[in-house]
Amino acid sequence: MGETIQSVERAAGILRLLASGPRELGVAELARAMGLPKGTLHGILRTLVHVGFVEQDAATGRYRLGGTLLHLGSSYLDVNELRTRSLNWADALAGRSRESVWIGTAHEGGVLVVHHVFRPDDSMQVLQVGTLLPAHATALGKVLLAYDPYGDAGAAFDAPSGTTPQATATATRGDEPAAEGLPAFTPRTITGADDLAKELELVRGRGWACDVEELVEGEVSIAAPIRDGRGVTVGAIGVRGAVERLADDGEPHITIVSYVRDAARAITRDLSR
Amino acid sequence: MPRPQYVAAIDQGTTSSRCMVFDQDGRIVSVAQREHRQIFPRPGWVEHDAAEIWEAVQGVVADAVTGSGIDFAQLVALGITNQRETTVLWDRHTGRPVANAIVWQDTRTDALVRSLSEHEELFRERAGLPLATYFAGPKIRWLLDETPGLRERAERGDVLFGTVDSWLIWRLTGRHVTDVTNASRTMLMNLRTLSWDDELLAALGVPRAMLPEIRPSAEVYGTADGGVPVAAALGDQQAALFGQTCFGPGETKSTYGSGSFLLMNTGTEPVASKHGLLTTVGYQIGEAPATYALEGSIAVTGSLVQWLRDNLGLISSAAEIETLAGTVEDNGGCYFVPAFSGLFAPHWRSDARGVIAGLTGFVTKGHIARAVLEATAWQTREVVDAMNADAGLALTSLRADGGMTANNLLMQILADVLAVPVVRPMVSETTCLGAAYAAGLATGYWPDTDSLRANWHKAAEWRPKIGQDVRDSEYRNWRKAIERSLDWSTP
Ligand SMILES: Nc1ncnc2c1ncn2[C@@H]1O[C@H](COP(=O)(O)OP(=O)(O)OP(=O)(O)O)[C@@H](O)[C@H]1O
Ligand SMILES: [Mg+2]
Repeated sequence: MGETIQSVERAAGILRLLASGPRELGVAELARAMGLPKGTLHGILRTLVHVGFVEQDAATGRYRLGGTLLHLGSSYLDVNELRTRSLNWADALAGRSRESVWIGTAHEGGVLVVHHVFRPDDSMQVLQVGTLLPAHATALGKVLLAYDPYGDAGAAFDAPSGTTPQATATATRGDEPAAEGLPAFTPRTITGADDLAKELELVRGRGWACDVEELVEGEVSIAAPIRDGRGVTVGAIGVRGAVERLADDGEPHITIVSYVRDAARAITRDLSR
Repeated sequence: MPRPQYVAAIDQGTTSSRCMVFDQDGRIVSVAQREHRQIFPRPGWVEHDAAEIWEAVQGVVADAVTGSGIDFAQLVALGITNQRETTVLWDRHTGRPVANAIVWQDTRTDALVRSLSEHEELFRERAGLPLATYFAGPKIRWLLDETPGLRERAERGDVLFGTVDSWLIWRLTGRHVTDVTNASRTMLMNLRTLSWDDELLAALGVPRAMLPEIRPSAEVYGTADGGVPVAAALGDQQAALFGQTCFGPGETKSTYGSGSFLLMNTGTEPVASKHGLLTTVGYQIGEAPATYALEGSIAVTGSLVQWLRDNLGLISSAAEIETLAGTVEDNGGCYFVPAFSGLFAPHWRSDARGVIAGLTGFVTKGHIARAVLEATAWQTREVVDAMNADAGLALTSLRADGGMTANNLLMQILADVLAVPVVRPMVSETTCLGAAYAAGLATGYWPDTDSLRANWHKAAEWRPKIGQDVRDSEYRNWRKAIERSLDWSTP
C-alpha cells in the first residue's frame, strides 16, 4: 500500500467515534479516545463542520454527525421517487383545495420544488419543478426547517443568495438582506432569528405551517410534513393561492389546512409501506 | 346527514392489481395495490396465475374500502378494468384455472400465428386486427392444442374462456360475460355486429361453447358479495380513453404503463388503418351504439424500466431512472429498441428482438437510462406519425397519463420528440377513473358524459425545447436502430 494521509485517517476516526453511539461528544472526549492533543483535533473538526459532515451543538459545544453526511447514505430519499409516490395524493389535494399543489425538499438551505400540480382552473400556468424557494418565507420551507432531523434551522441563514425564486422576481426587496439577517420579500416576511425560531416552534406544535403574504403580496401558502418509514421528514406538501381564497384576517382556512394534512398523511402512509 | 357515496374501480393490470375509490368530483378517496408474480417459464413466455390474481383483487378491494373506513353500503357501483388479451381458461365446475394464464406479452404463438397467414385479410377486415401473437384467439388455440383432453371439455362447455374482465366478473357475480372492448381483442369478434363470428371461430378453431356472452361496457352485470352492483368492464386502454373523457371523434390519449397505448376516438364507425394501427371498440354505454377507436400499441415502455431495475440492477426503483438519466446531458450516441415481444405498432414484426445500438467505450449507465426513456418517446413518435397519416391531420397536443407520467424528464423528452405540448391530466390513474366513470354512468351516480368532462383538468404541461435539426437526426438514428432489431428471431 502506498502512503496514506494522516489527517484524513484522523478525520475518519472522529467520524467513527461520533457514529458509534447516540451521544454527542466533546473535544476532550474525542481527544482522549484517540490519544491525541485537543489542539490537533480542533482543525480537523473545524474542517468537518465546514463540509457539513459534523455539526456542533450551539448550546453545549459538543459534536455530532452532520446532516450532509447522513444524506450521503441510504437514508436519502430520491426526489423522483418522492414525486412518483406522491402523484395521486398531490392530484387529489389540488382537486379538493382547487389550488396549485407543491412538494418540496430541503436543498442548500432552501426548498427545491420537486413536484407541482397546476391549479385546476385550466388557466395558463408554467411548471415550476426545479425552482428553489427561500425556506423562511414559505410554508414548505418552514415545515422543512421545523422538522429538520438535525435541528438545523440555522441553515436558512447560510442559504446562498441565489435562492430568490422566479415567482418573486417582482418582489422588489427580495435581494436585500434585512438588517436582522434573513432577506425580506414583503413587509410580512420573517427576518429575525428569534422570530423565526418562535414561528418554527409554532409549526412543530401545530403540525403544519403557513406563509401569509410573506413571499408574494396577496398569496398564501400552507404545508405539512411528509415522513418516511422511520418518521424522518423527507419533504413537505402544500398549496399556494390567493389570500382571498385561502385566509381570513391573516388566518388560513382550517378546511384547507385539513386537506393539506390529509394529503401529507396519505403520502407518509404510502412511504412507510 | 346522509353518508357520502362513492364508486370503486378494480384495475387488474399486468404487474399489479389496484382498487381505487372515487368521489363525485372524480377525486381519489383511497387506493390499494398488490403485485402478483410474473412467471417466465421460457424465453418469450409470460404467464400469470389467475387464482393468485383473484386473491390479490379481493385483497385490494378490502384494503381500499373497509381499510379506509368506508362501508360497502356507501359504494353505489364497482367498475372493472383489466390487462387485455391475457387469456384465462378455467373449469366451470371447480372454478379453478386449468393452466396458467397466457399474458399478452407472450410470444409462444409465433409459429401458430404464421400458420394462419392465409386468413390475414379475414382477421384485418372482420376483427380489425393484424395477425400477431398479442391477441387472445391464438392463445386459446395454443392451450387447446397443447393440453390433452382440453378441447373436448371446452366443446362441452365444461372449460370456459375469458379475458381477465370475464374471469373477475365470473368470480364476483357468477355470470360468464365479457365487454365489447375486451371481446374486440380476441380476433374472434366481428367489429360491426359486435358478436362472435363463425368464420373467425373456424379459422382459429375455437369452440363457441367456451366463450362468454358479449355485453356493453357499462351496464349492471350482477352484484358482488356485499350487494355492490358490478356495473362496468373495459379493457385498460379503453378505460383510460374514457377516463381522459375522450368522448368526441378525434380526441386522443396516450397511457404510459408496462406498455404504452395511443388511442383515438373515431366515433360510431370502425375506421381501418393504412399505417399499422389497429381498429378496436372504444366503449359502449348501455344500449347506445358502440364508439370505435384507432389504436397504436407499444408493447414495452415502463416494463423496460422495470427490466433495468430487476434484471440489470442498475436502479433500485423505477423512479430512479430519472435520477440516473439526469447524470448525463444526452444519450451519448446510444439507442435502445426494447423489442422484447417483437415490435407492435406500427411495425408488427414478431421476428424483432431487443437491441442496444451505438455502443462505444464512452457510454455509461446514465446514457443507457436516457436511451430507455427516449425509447418510450420514439416509439410514441412512430405511432403518432401513423395516427396523423391515418387521420389526415396532425395531433396538436398529447394527453399523457399512467404511472410513467410521474417522470418529468420523460415528459420533456416526449414533448421534444413529438414537437407538440404534452399535457398530464389531474388524475393520472385514468384507467381506474374510466372504469369508475362507466360504472357510475350505468348506475346514475353521474348523469351524463358532460358532467364527467367538467372533472377533467390540466395538472401539468411540458413544451418542446429542442430544435428541428436535432429532432430529425435523432429520429433517423432511432429508425436505424429499429432496422437492426428486425429479422432476429427465426422460427
Ligand atoms: N418515475 C418513473 N419513471 C419511469 N417509469 C416509471 C416511473 N414510475 C413508474 N414507472 C413505470 O411505469 C409502470 C407502472 O405504471 P402504471 O402503474 O401505470 O402501470 P401499470 O398500470 O401497472 O401497468 P399494467 O397495467 O400494465 O400493470 C412500471 O412499468 C414502471 O416501471
Ligand atoms: Mg395499468
